[in-house]
Amino acid sequence: MKMPEADAGVLARRDAIVRDLRRLVPGEGVIAEEAGRRVYESDGLTAYRQLPLVVVLPEDTEQVSRVLRYCRDNAIKVVPRGAGTSLSGGALPLADGVVLGLAKLNRVLEIDYANRCAVVQPGVANLAISDAVAGAGYYYAPDPSSQVACTIGGNVAENSGGVHCLKYGLTTNNLLGVEMVLMDGEVIRLGGRHLDAGGYDLLGLVTGSEGLLGVVTEVTVRILRRPATARALLMGFPSSEAAGGCVAAVIAAGIVPGGMEMMDRPAIHAAEDFVHAGYPLDVDALLIVELDGPEAEVDHLVARVGEIAGACGAVSVRASETEAERLLFWAGRKAAFPAVGRISPDYYCMDGTIPRHRLPEVLARMAEMSSRYRLRVANVFHAGDGNLHPLILYDANAPGELEAAEAFGAEILTLCVAVGGVLTGEHGVGVEKRDLMGSMFSDTDLAAQQRLKCAFDPDLLLNPGKVFPVLHRCAELGRVHVHRGETRFADLPRF
Amino acid sequence: MPAPLPVPPMTAALRPDTEDAVVAAVADALADDAVLEIVGRGTKRGLGHAVRARRVLDLSALSGIVLYEPEELVLSARAGTTLSDIQAALAERNQALAFEPPDWGPLYGGPARAGTLGGAVAANLSGPARIRSGAARDHVLGLRAVTGRGELVKTGGRVVKNVTGYDLCKLLTGSMGTLAALTEITVKVLPAPEKIRTLLVLGADGAMALAAMETALQSPHDVSGAAHLPAYAAARSAVSYVSGAGASVTALRVEGPAPSVEARCLALKTLLAGFGPLEELHFRNSRTLWAEIGSASLLVRGGDPLWRISVPPTAGPRVGAVLARTLGAEIVADWGGGLLWARVPAALEDAGHASVRAAIARPGGHATLVRANDAVRASVPVFQPPAPGIARLNARIRDGFDPKRILNPGRMGAEP
Repeated sequence: MKMPEADAGVLARRDAIVRDLRRLVPGEGVIAEEAGRRVYESDGLTAYRQLPLVVVLPEDTEQVSRVLRYCRDNAIKVVPRGAGTSLSGGALPLADGVVLGLAKLNRVLEIDYANRCAVVQPGVANLAISDAVAGAGYYYAPDPSSQVACTIGGNVAENSGGVHCLKYGLTTNNLLGVEMVLMDGEVIRLGGRHLDAGGYDLLGLVTGSEGLLGVVTEVTVRILRRPATARALLMGFPSSEAAGGCVAAVIAAGIVPGGMEMMDRPAIHAAEDFVHAGYPLDVDALLIVELDGPEAEVDHLVARVGEIAGACGAVSVRASETEAERLLFWAGRKAAFPAVGRISPDYYCMDGTIPRHRLPEVLARMAEMSSRYRLRVANVFHAGDGNLHPLILYDANAPGELEAAEAFGAEILTLCVAVGGVLTGEHGVGVEKRDLMGSMFSDTDLAAQQRLKCAFDPDLLLNPGKVFPVLHRCAELGRVHVHRGETRFADLPRF
Repeated sequence: MPAPLPVPPMTAALRPDTEDAVVAAVADALADDAVLEIVGRGTKRGLGHAVRARRVLDLSALSGIVLYEPEELVLSARAGTTLSDIQAALAERNQALAFEPPDWGPLYGGPARAGTLGGAVAANLSGPARIRSGAARDHVLGLRAVTGRGELVKTGGRVVKNVTGYDLCKLLTGSMGTLAALTEITVKVLPAPEKIRTLLVLGADGAMALAAMETALQSPHDVSGAAHLPAYAAARSAVSYVSGAGASVTALRVEGPAPSVEARCLALKTLLAGFGPLEELHFRNSRTLWAEIGSASLLVRGGDPLWRISVPPTAGPRVGAVLARTLGAEIVADWGGGLLWARVPAALEDAGHASVRAAIARPGGHATLVRANDAVRASVPVFQPPAPGIARLNARIRDGFDPKRILNPGRMGAEP
């Protein structure tokens, strides 16, 4: 993985930079010694490591602003970081870059039930928001699997999803406003406690921009009333085709479940061996469908989904009768990643999205790749929205296996794009999928995106090396090339 | 200051019927130093500042549904496809556009049901269901568009979960054709509700109406619409239960599978019994009432200026009361109080611009002068003036997409 070349001048000035930063962020907020920096050398994508130049942990917006202005003035690169749970290397440090950690901005500032929103600092963990409002019967809807640890600031940067996206949307659909600091230190506010913006939707643009446009210092999220009840169905199918057919039939019947998850045979077995959730072991595909909402609705829909599953060839159908049983159905799915971790020294989690009806074909092609690369693969699938998470099993200590796993992963993602899908459904591009962007976007498409980067950060100092395979200089991108169209409008009056 | 050019008639328009021809039209404008006004069917031409362009890029011939896969919840159509064609295709499969695009054609004196998908996206339309299901911005999955550089760009995809690259779909949605001319749009579609009921609370005003809406919205009964009509607005409804109420009407909507709707309606009745006499609307009357609310048709009369104001819901009644008192405005509140439609008297020179902006300064929000005559729109900002830092960002974003300012120049305000 090629990262931007380190600036020798910045490396040489390291001691002076640390001294300056200590003045801007007094107390314990600057970590310069190697042991302390080592903690930050990697994020959730542990295959890549890089010791940062220095780590800064500001305590408020003012300090964030001062640090960014200083780094801009001194041409020092900055890598923002929340809890470091990114699976795409979004917070991978740079040798000549400051890691700007937002962990100390960790307070829930205000809960406003009347306007159904909460104002929090970026370092608050995703689940902590739901916990803060649970007593009043509310929750924050997006629930990435790392929600115990991942922060809302990171969620904004990555536009995080979770298992309930089809019904409740991603982060971007649940945000009302942010305060953020631009690379030149300017503090701006987007949105507020009202819906939508009056001009360009900068809030929508910033969400999912992977820390390349600004550093979020405050977030206002919508909170929802927790559904009165939720029940899950656990259904086994003889083939992924049959399970996929059931998903399509549920949606065709006008039902949008709160969650709809599929697992393939290797994933079912790994999960069942680990948590003993009572999953059927003689099936090729397992579907968990959760219905949530008013009790009358949930009971009605559980019955309908059960009927549809039967008609689609389900060999086993169980509906949860108690909350404990519902949680047990989910336990295996939620533990799928660690369960796979038990049967393999290492695994590599992929994240593509495909049009759902292409699933059987994609699984078949993946099985073919699996034998070609001689690496096992287990699949968990957000079946409702087509988001596929193949887990490639490998052993980092076996020579060549990491490289083979990466090549296998790249081939899966390229396949996702080829069947009409996308490179990443919720984990972000980061460094991981950066060099595959060309499979989805033309140079013109990427230039249009990068001009946005230039609008926010013309010196390209904020999180460089992520998302874009090549970062062009902004002056070069700004030039206008005039060439007449080939389809002429001959009768057009010209002024 | 030079006299403004007359707005040209639509007949002098370029009317490309392919994406290549749109690219060519923009490239030619760039080469000729000409500017373009972009229109679909022109139903919302009165929204925003008038564009003084000698060339009109009419995208109405760029039409047709390109892909519709009901089981994938996805539809792609060329930008000039009418919403009514799309809604008809969706209805055949019991699906709908969940952002409930309102029909604003009649607001500007045009025909009903003529607006295009491109127009709905360019203006980021949303209806009463915004509070539960989002605006157009929340449903656009992918776009193809021609920038002011004469380049075709694509963004997003055709799947509902996608975080690959910057979310240009959000940026272009609501940009009023000032960044790019949309050519093809992919949207998420959703099942249409099997049943719709609307509960009416009669005679609750001001704080009482807000409390009724808050109670409903804070309940677990999944309310998909919460609006308040003062007696004068209710009296103009085509729904007899509403017009005949002789009092203000607070309307609360639930939708979904039949047994669920019945159970929730019953629960809401119990919850709201203390707020006033209750009435209940079924499917057809519900549809009519919420369409009236989404298109502000209960306030449309003559050519009076009309504001659409988004504020935190709890601020709604106070802002509404201030505008009624100081400007003589007629107000309809939607989104549980978070959206105010305000019709102000035509006699006001600035359409109440100063008062409206002042009223929302403290609670925060944004106000759009949705309708006013050319002279008023030439003299006051139609859209919420951005803070200086945001204005600078907007200008740099515009530099990236349309450096020569040839697409709908001035439509969103003074050109930076």
